[in-house]
Amino acid sequence: MCKPVRLLLAGLLCGSILLGCGQSSTASPVAPTIASQSIVIKGSDTMVNLALAWAERYMEIHPEVSISVTGGGSGTGIAAMINGTVDIANASREMKAEEIAAAQANGIDPVEHVVAFDAIAVVVHPSNPVDRLTLQQISDIYTGKIANWQQVGGEDRPIVLLSRESNSGTYVYFLENVIRLGRKDGEELLSPDALLMPSSEGISAEVRQNPNTIGYDGLGYVTPDQKIVAVARDAGGPYVLPSAQTVLDGSYPIARPLYMYTAGRPAGAVKEYLEWVLGEGQSLVAGLGFVPLR
Amino acid sequence: MNAHKALRSGPVRWNDFVIESLIRVTGFSTIAFVLLILFFLLREGMPAFFQVPLDNLFGPAWYPTLGHYGMVPQVVGSLVVTLTAVLIALPLGVATAVFVREVAPNWAREILKPLIEVLAGIPSVVLGFFGMTVIAPIVRQSLGVPTGLTAFTGGLVLAYMALPTIISVAEDALDAVPKSYRDAALAMGATRWQTIWRVTVPAARSGIITAVLLGMGRAIGETMAVMMVTGNAARLPHELDFLFRPIRTMTATIAAEMGEVAQGSDHYHVLFAIGIVLFMVTFVINLTAAVTIFRKRRRGGLR
Repeated sequence: MCKPVRLLLAGLLCGSILLGCGQSSTASPVAPTIASQSIVIKGSDTMVNLALAWAERYMEIHPEVSISVTGGGSGTGIAAMINGTVDIANASREMKAEEIAAAQANGIDPVEHVVAFDAIAVVVHPSNPVDRLTLQQISDIYTGKIANWQQVGGEDRPIVLLSRESNSGTYVYFLENVIRLGRKDGEELLSPDALLMPSSEGISAEVRQNPNTIGYDGLGYVTPDQKIVAVARDAGGPYVLPSAQTVLDGSYPIARPLYMYTAGRPAGAVKEYLEWVLGEGQSLVAGLGFVPLR
Repeated sequence: MNAHKALRSGPVRWNDFVIESLIRVTGFSTIAFVLLILFFLLREGMPAFFQVPLDNLFGPAWYPTLGHYGMVPQVVGSLVVTLTAVLIALPLGVATAVFVREVAPNWAREILKPLIEVLAGIPSVVLGFFGMTVIAPIVRQSLGVPTGLTAFTGGLVLAYMALPTIISVAEDALDAVPKSYRDAALAMGATRWQTIWRVTVPAARSGIITAVLLGMGRAIGETMAVMMVTGNAARLPHELDFLFRPIRTMTATIAAEMGEVAQGSDHYHVLFAIGIVLFMVTFVINLTAAVTIFRKRRRGGLR
């Protein structure tokens, strides 16, 4: 009596193992269907809060659309867009030439949409008397030429450099536009002594408790217990604190666009969503510490 | 039944056969998985050794976005952090094992053993966060170093994580020392301390070495906690106080950068190449541990 039952069980077990194997090898590129009005978004960790806020508000207004947002980094999102697993890739940097080539090899023509701006704030410990720096000084600090706070008008303390990971979009922007001062042929490198923190929280935790540190991060991620430094383009120029206004009028020098990439011209639900993001959605941007387009 | 007879003669019941083969398949699949992982690692990592010049790959500079792929700082970093962790964890772990096995009264042992197992279950991200917010400031203030995110801090956190492994394996080794050894020592007038230090611990020596090696394997592969507390500065240690400077490990490099890397790029292959190096190091450590256990068995289970 119990033989067939056992056989059945064993068979089920076998079957489920085989099925499991089969699924794991084929399940990855599931193309999301627009017919069911779902939008899948992935990418930049900098943008994840903003993208979530947009998605939540949009789903309130349009309950028939479901939007999922995940982080993972600009590169991850772009790779997923190239593989066709997401509709929109969030990116805090422009697509690299090799990524565009990979997309085209896959038959995808990526389209760029600038959805907001992000000011990058330079932060120090609240007790640090230094409250203003020029771009040149920040560059010298991050290349290791200036290694003591005394050299920029502070106390006699060693400077501990904090940076985001070397392939985060924030790092790339900071290296090109601050450390190399925007010179395309710049050879300056981040000092090897710099601490590369895996997250914004890593930077804020260290800045909060260590008076030797200097760090940088998106303005939206700077907590009130860090001190933001006013930045000037050159020694004579005005020292400006980052804000929506100073980014839009161009007086704050360290700001960058944030992108959403779609595979080809957006259509259907994705198109409507992007139009909403660029229109009404902009009203949410400032509340999250980013800078709206207008 | 005919099919069964054709398959196998003799009184073996066919359902036994099915279950047996199922278990066998599951067992062998472990080997298959390890081989597949190794194959994948080699397939993704080997191109790095051909595409990137070797003097770049084994150079001192790690700027992956700019084409400098020197992995030496990470390899050295991993070794420094792991050895620090083992040096801290070894005396503590063996002492705890001796206490639990030889000294503690029964009721204390009953409480301590499960607690040590709980210790092993603490997620590494929790320890990392604790290290970052509590231990790092203490290290900075008490040692007067510029930042508390140092190789030493990483060693402390890793020592804590390697402790449960070291304690339980060392305790098993002490447990395997026959009671007659202790009785003989005590009968010859040795004190309890002399018995432990001169007889029991030396008799369990190879088990303790295994414990340390397994703890080391645990420490070198640890990622999250290390990434949060070591500061991740890819610099070659060249000054005397390198232990109290930031450092970057192989695991942290892979974990931090794999998510953002463009697939198929040099950087991607180099990250897998680091994975190959890490795999080889852990493999050698585990192999040494296995050999020690094997020798112990051959010598009759004592040493």
